[in-house]
Amino acid sequence: MIDFEKYLRIKKFPLIWCAGCGNGIVLKGMLGAIDRIGLDKNKITVVSGIGCSSRATGYVDFNTLHTTHGRAIAFATGVKFANPDLTVLVVTGDGDATAIGGNHFIHAARRNIDITVILYNNWIYGMTGGQVSPTTPHGMRATTAPFGNPEGSFDISRLAIAAGASFVARGSVTSPVKLSQYIEKGIRKKGFALIEAFTPCPTAFGRQNKMGKALDNLEWIKERTIDVKKADALSPEELEDKLVTGILVDVEKSEYTDLYAKLVESVRDIPVDLHIPEREVVPASIAVAGGEEL
Amino acid sequence: MSTVSNTNAGPAKGAVRVMTGNEACAEAAIAAGCRFYGGYPITPSSEIAEILSKLLPRVGGKFIQMEDEIGAMGAVIGASLAGAKALTATSGPGFSLKQENIGYACMAEVPCVIVNVMRGGPSTGLPTLPSQSDVMQARWGTHGDHPIIALCPRGVRETYDLTVRSFNLAETYRTPVILLLDEIIGHVNEKVFLPDRIRVVERVKPGADVTEYLPYQDTDTDVPPMASFGEGHRFHVTGLVHDETGFPTNNPEKIEHVLRRLNRKIDRYADRIIRVEEDRDENARVGVVAYGSTARSASYAVRLAREEGIPVSILSLLTIWPFPEEPIREMANRVSDIVVPEMNLGQLAHEVEWAACGKARVHKVNRIDGEPIHPQYVLDAIRAAARGK
Repeated sequence: MIDFEKYLRIKKFPLIWCAGCGNGIVLKGMLGAIDRIGLDKNKITVVSGIGCSSRATGYVDFNTLHTTHGRAIAFATGVKFANPDLTVLVVTGDGDATAIGGNHFIHAARRNIDITVILYNNWIYGMTGGQVSPTTPHGMRATTAPFGNPEGSFDISRLAIAAGASFVARGSVTSPVKLSQYIEKGIRKKGFALIEAFTPCPTAFGRQNKMGKALDNLEWIKERTIDVKKADALSPEELEDKLVTGILVDVEKSEYTDLYAKLVESVRDIPVDLHIPEREVVPASIAVAGGEEL
Repeated sequence: MSTVSNTNAGPAKGAVRVMTGNEACAEAAIAAGCRFYGGYPITPSSEIAEILSKLLPRVGGKFIQMEDEIGAMGAVIGASLAGAKALTATSGPGFSLKQENIGYACMAEVPCVIVNVMRGGPSTGLPTLPSQSDVMQARWGTHGDHPIIALCPRGVRETYDLTVRSFNLAETYRTPVILLLDEIIGHVNEKVFLPDRIRVVERVKPGADVTEYLPYQDTDTDVPPMASFGEGHRFHVTGLVHDETGFPTNNPEKIEHVLRRLNRKIDRYADRIIRVEEDRDENARVGVVAYGSTARSASYAVRLAREEGIPVSILSLLTIWPFPEEPIREMANRVSDIVVPEMNLGQLAHEVEWAACGKARVHKVNRIDGEPIHPQYVLDAIRAAARGK
């Protein structure tokens, strides 16, 4: 039995998430994965952007970084690259990671930097009140798509695969054990890992689309998802409107911080044409006190 | 002269060099202890990235070309929180893109240095030509009431010194610092004598007791000690208004308290941060206030004016923000006219006018056609002011 409280900032409870929201299940899956791997809390940094899912960083007892909208992966790249000893996780959402932050998402996958992205996909902008997102299915309603979404939607996992991620899995809060296992595998993977987690938003998505009570929202997800093993046997027509879950990609490839460390090693003996003056180190405390002229 | 312990740099080749401002900036960054660069190519700043991509891996540092300007600023902040002295370099359009995250660095009190090699604007503007039209963007480019430090060198050697100083101020006050070069300073080659010895500031760390750590603690200095991720403090960093613990707050008293401290943190040290250089003539009725490469033209114009028998004083601003209000007020008390040459339409002249408070007339000399301000223009303005026109 996992002692989840060990990983939580209980004083910050209650969570801001609505009744019926699935985000807590994804978060629990992440904490379970961390516990099973046995990571040192001091060596974990969780980075998030802006949105409902991104508020998760406030509740977990690690090094936590709640950044600007869409930029969590960029900040996380700086953290991981500056100190590769840290385990770096990103908590983000469909809008945060694939609309305003889409560029960082694909480039971190291309770079294959060792960051695990846990992307809460609820098909809507929840925090701002239910606006259309890049994953809102065509025809479904949002406060900024009052007549139904006229646009098509992203398949986020396939986007990550095409961009070069070394591990991609898709799960759902309707199968929380599997979801947590995917997160565990993603964290263990040396390289860019994406775990796309389907999670219901009865308040902003379900209500506008007349999807019934919270439980009905979960049923809606269940009806739409199909395991990758079962999907293999179906035709493309039969898979239309289905969301394939499971481990979609798991490959071994060179990881960015490792490659850079090798680069540093290989150029070590090349002489540097650089003037390095003698350095007198002044502690900032003395500098603040005006003890040294800067 | 010695080498830094964590570098394998060979013995210094001698301190006399011919180099550009961009080269001086890159080398000074390494000397100051910068070990992380995140950037995106943009003219006329790209040489800083190119040089650091070569040098940083050889001194154990990290260089990354990010996917865009916004991501570069994010990576720099992340690296600083992980303990590295971090730098990015850009120019006008890229500086605009970085603004939201510069505000984040102000709010979350993350030390870092942003170099802006100014080119003509607005928009894509004049990528290869000089301007000084980002001085107001440096001050107010990001939203909200925030403090900022911006420095502005007049030449290559000064670029070296002010780059080191930018890192020192960032680490001292736990704040982003903006170093404003212009295209002339970035690309001009000058013979320089690099310093044999520099002062380097290391940020204030919290004590060993990790349980008591308040990342935004009130202290006598108004600058809270800063832990790095991974050292055991497990703190929270957010761009939301937060209290001493680092967690968001909507409590009006706490909001007021932290935002006042944030701004006071720089305001109260303004005298130490502001650096100006004055060449004063006690008989002068005309003064000149200038900065960046324009200050070089202006100094020459002052020399020519003195040769003509016109007594003139010149105040060169090495710190632009916080604004050197006092030195300008003092000048306004001594002279009747102040000439302010700028490669923009008078962005800082308005600040000079405000500081002069009616004690002296302010004359703007402006150029926005991508050409430098020649000494002759400043000299004409000095002559006209001396004639009382």
